[in-house]
Amino acid sequence: MEDLEAIKPELNRIQQRALIIGVLGLALAGAGAFVSPQQFFRSYLFGYLFWIGLALGSLVILGLHHLVSGGWGFVIQRILEAASRTIPVLAVLFLPIFFGMSDLYIWARPDVVAADEILQHKSAYLNIPFFWIRAAGYFAVWSGFIYFLNKWSVEQDRTGDASLSDRLERIGGPSILFYVITMTLASTDWVMSLDPHWFSTIFGFIFVIGQVVLTMAFAALVLSKLAQYKPISDVIERKHFHDLGNLMLAFISLWAYVNVSQFLIIWSGNLPEEIPWYIHRMQGGWGILSVFVVVFHFLVPFVLLLMRRNKRRANVLAKIAVGVILVRFFDLYWIIAPNFYPHGIHVHWLDVVTPIGLGGIWVAAFIWQLKGRALLPVNDPRLQEAFAHE
Amino acid sequence: MAETKQSELYGLMAEFDGPEQLIEASRKAYEAGFRQMDAYTPFPVEGLPEAVGFKESKLPLIVLIGALVGGTLGFAMQYFASVIHYPLNIGGRPLNSWPSFLPITFEMTILVAAFSAVLGMFALNGLPQPYHPVFNVPRFALASRDRFFLCIESEDEKFDPEETKKFLESLQPRDVFEVDP
Repeated sequence: MEDLEAIKPELNRIQQRALIIGVLGLALAGAGAFVSPQQFFRSYLFGYLFWIGLALGSLVILGLHHLVSGGWGFVIQRILEAASRTIPVLAVLFLPIFFGMSDLYIWARPDVVAADEILQHKSAYLNIPFFWIRAAGYFAVWSGFIYFLNKWSVEQDRTGDASLSDRLERIGGPSILFYVITMTLASTDWVMSLDPHWFSTIFGFIFVIGQVVLTMAFAALVLSKLAQYKPISDVIERKHFHDLGNLMLAFISLWAYVNVSQFLIIWSGNLPEEIPWYIHRMQGGWGILSVFVVVFHFLVPFVLLLMRRNKRRANVLAKIAVGVILVRFFDLYWIIAPNFYPHGIHVHWLDVVTPIGLGGIWVAAFIWQLKGRALLPVNDPRLQEAFAHE
Repeated sequence: MAETKQSELYGLMAEFDGPEQLIEASRKAYEAGFRQMDAYTPFPVEGLPEAVGFKESKLPLIVLIGALVGGTLGFAMQYFASVIHYPLNIGGRPLNSWPSFLPITFEMTILVAAFSAVLGMFALNGLPQPYHPVFNVPRFALASRDRFFLCIESEDEKFDPEETKKFLESLQPRDVFEVDP
């Protein structure tokens, strides 16, 4: 633990600031909730889905890392574990949605459902009690995997028991599988059902990839800061940043791939129950946001990450990562907000304040978790192996 | 002068036991000013290309050009077919239905990029090459098993049959061979 001392003052400072921003942001958002409760819940859902992406993205990248155990994974393992351990905080932060059900979801309004035959047919699935039972199930699955991924990892720090690596390796595959299934369902419940007539089977996977892209960028950014300090500075090499950059490139390409898949199928079908989703996003100012997202979520980072020298320099990669993290906000807003304002672009001040407030709380929780453990899983036998081969 | 040297000898080859010795030797040879040299190993050795002075491969540029050509060809092929040569009204869609051209454009990008990568790799390595002088050293067969070789070619400006041999011997190889052209 001693090696952590060098960074602690720095981390404490960031944590304190994050907490102040979080409390101020949420206080402002709370005031906004009295003025315009409906807008508050819409902004809250947007901000919430952004930050939970970091915890869940960490879960799935941890699973991937334990499956393949490369050097890139060991240098970010503790960052991902700390981010995943924010899940209890996120579970609590999900509860306010309960009070905004009818503000957010038109299927939760009895008068709308009574007048809409399609919603009556869907009400066996889209009803408030079942929505919350499912949500509890998702959080149970996520917390379960996160619990064991963290427990065995920290146990190995203490005991040095090599067999724990096998357990982590065995849980890696299932954690990816169950995360993809539950996240598909969760994104259907929480986001797709904002427009309950519309459906797309690849939508969940688009959400999954978005979370993975976000987390990859976040991990690269945090690592670029921690790499200046012991113990990571002892093992870090340019190659690790290169690998992280390559993974970001791969996931950004995959993000574009699944988005084009969804667009192409809906555009080709041109069916009245599917196409409005895209028509809303192409007119009244939303079209500008669409082009912005295509350019800055795909074209720009794709070209930048193709270049080898950008990936091998920690400070350059960190800047690209900041850009990717910021553009994730725009992509998520592009998915969520047109459901509420289909006829023209609309940004409320709560859409800015609420995500920042939630982010302050999340970052403070993340740093609190990050400080609690050694920054490298030194007793993992696979770690020596991974670094020796490089 | 260079031609007479070449007709006498392709170069001098040193045999090493392990990758570390080879990297060390390559680095020293580079520092001594040798440029026309090559290292041969049974498996890829991290850091060896840099040690023999390999800077940057031109392959990424070739692949990028291939990808751009492939993507352009793929799109143009569909555009010409459905807008210029056979304009058909399909479900009222515009003739230039670019979203439906995306899969073929993408596949053509990948296809031509992949071919550029393979063929470009062959071209940059000078392959196929039915004859290479290094195989004139009988022990060179071990380069595909458990031995590591460094060959300084006579084309190098600093090459001198006597001096270079002494230099290679100073690197503590198992043996130094003369490579016939």
